[in-house]
Amino acid sequence: MNTPAKTRTARTCDAAATLVITVLGWTAIFVLIAIAGFLVHSSLRALDEVGIWSMIAGSDWFPTSSNARFGFLPAQIGSAWVTIVALSTCVPVGVFAAIYLSEFASTRFREVAKAVIEFMATIPSVVFGLIGLSVLVPLIREHLPVDSGLIGLSAGLVVGIVCLPTIISISEDALRSVPRELRQGSFALGNTRWQTAYKVVLPAASSGVFAAVMLGLGRAIGETMVVLMLAGNAGIIPTSPLEAARTMTGTIAQETGEVVRGGLHFSVLFTLGLVLFVITFVINLIADLVLERSRKKWSR
Amino acid sequence: MVTTEPAGSFDISNLSVSYGSEAALTGVSFYIEPRRVTALIGPSGCGKSTLLRCFNRMNDALDNVKVEGLIALNGSDINAKSVDSVSLRMYVGQVFQRPNPFPLSIYDNVAFGPRTQGIRKREQLDELVIDSLKKAALYDEVKNSLKKHAFELSGGQQQRLCIARALATKPGVLLMDEPCSALDPISTGMIESTVEQLKESVTIVIVTHNMQQASRISDTTAFLLRESIDEPAQLIEVTDTTTMFTQPSDQRTENYITGRFG
Ligand SMILES: Nc1ncnc2c1ncn2[C@@H]1O[C@H](COP(=O)(O)OP(=O)(O)O)[C@@H](O)[C@H]1O
Ligand SMILES: [Mg+2]
Repeated sequence: MNTPAKTRTARTCDAAATLVITVLGWTAIFVLIAIAGFLVHSSLRALDEVGIWSMIAGSDWFPTSSNARFGFLPAQIGSAWVTIVALSTCVPVGVFAAIYLSEFASTRFREVAKAVIEFMATIPSVVFGLIGLSVLVPLIREHLPVDSGLIGLSAGLVVGIVCLPTIISISEDALRSVPRELRQGSFALGNTRWQTAYKVVLPAASSGVFAAVMLGLGRAIGETMVVLMLAGNAGIIPTSPLEAARTMTGTIAQETGEVVRGGLHFSVLFTLGLVLFVITFVINLIADLVLERSRKKWSR
Repeated sequence: MVTTEPAGSFDISNLSVSYGSEAALTGVSFYIEPRRVTALIGPSGCGKSTLLRCFNRMNDALDNVKVEGLIALNGSDINAKSVDSVSLRMYVGQVFQRPNPFPLSIYDNVAFGPRTQGIRKREQLDELVIDSLKKAALYDEVKNSLKKHAFELSGGQQQRLCIARALATKPGVLLMDEPCSALDPISTGMIESTVEQLKESVTIVIVTHNMQQASRISDTTAFLLRESIDEPAQLIEVTDTTTMFTQPSDQRTENYITGRFG
């Protein structure tokens, strides 16, 4: 029996599409491996001459002095403060907003809000940095016992705003994917909407909400422009968010332009990039695994 | 300490329900006797679930729905301003079409309603949980694993867990909306015998489109029918189940029962 021409064309297209998708998928994986390989390769000199532990656990960052010290602790702890401030503001706000949107808001309001949130996610973070610089920094200098408003707290608050769209939209998806029947079961036992939201829906969506927080965390650690503009970029280890801080991303962005290519300092910056790569990779991996599990949960 | 509420009766007069501009149900009047099983039958889309949701005011949550007419539970209007839908739903429990246990342990699922009622004492909760699981004929299967996650149970066990969960608030009425439609015959049989035993203490209203099931387990049967798409459904006939299935007084009932439409 002859295969009709139409079917044959369809099959050819199908095979071609499969091929293209496969190639693209492998390309993405290859690029990722290439980046990791490049980071490791460029870090080799630093790893050899300074050593991984004196970098990761070193508390002094004097990259240009004659007796150069390449400790990452100021940058790592600075990143930690900024991230802690960012998450402790955007997680509660984001999760509450998601609960409101999925459980209480009218359909029309939800549509509008989601469009606004999606738009917010597309605004370059430098814009948020500018707004922070002109609004938040003066406020903080006026109302808190600090000499300058360029501190970890300012950067953290603005980074929190930058992370908000990620947290809201992923948590909202997770909450909305909880089956309607569960809510009805709760209403039928005499629970109010609010009781249903926090006793049934939120626990049921917990893995998705957790993944949202992890992705927000990854975004916060990776944010560069805002911290460069607002964190103050001091070289010492900050003991609280009220001190000027430098972050891992900020350090790389600020110093790569000034160093000798191929020099030791250059290689150290690559090691810092490698540390950042590993941290964000692990965070995103955890988020992905958890998200995958939460998707499977309701397809029983 | 654990008291069983007296079983409830419903007196429904001239009940009409509409969704937006579309009337779903009109002119429904009948009496639901206490400690009996009343089956609601009819083709799908004829408003069985809609009618059931009126009994515990689950329609309140939908924003486009309008309920008219009177539903008296044990003599008092459940739609009166003074009636709190929360306590109404504690007294009128519901089991749904698909098992919908909460993502919690078996114990916490059953204790959910009592905790909402403010019961915190451990012994009292234990007693309620065990008692409810026994009534739902699930206790023997789970007594050693009350801490197990509810999702690890089979579909039939989950549905019996949902029955136990509804019984834990000591309801006087239990509404069941096609509780067996997602279950295998063996699980269905277990639910049916559970219903048989429950009616000694609780009034049961069960929606089913399985005629054999209605004739096996119910005392009274109500037949609803929507005669054309642009008309609301009506209550065609309500009598005791044996009469309904042997000598229905309405031709439309007979047509439905003998499978001529729907
Ligand atoms: N939430 C709702 N909004 C609008 N229309 C509804 C809603 N629920 C049910 N209906 C309509 O009411 C009618 C009766 O539905 P339902 O009570 O679910 O019937 P049954 O349970 O007998 O299959 C159907 O026409 C259905 O489309
Ligand atoms: Mg139905």
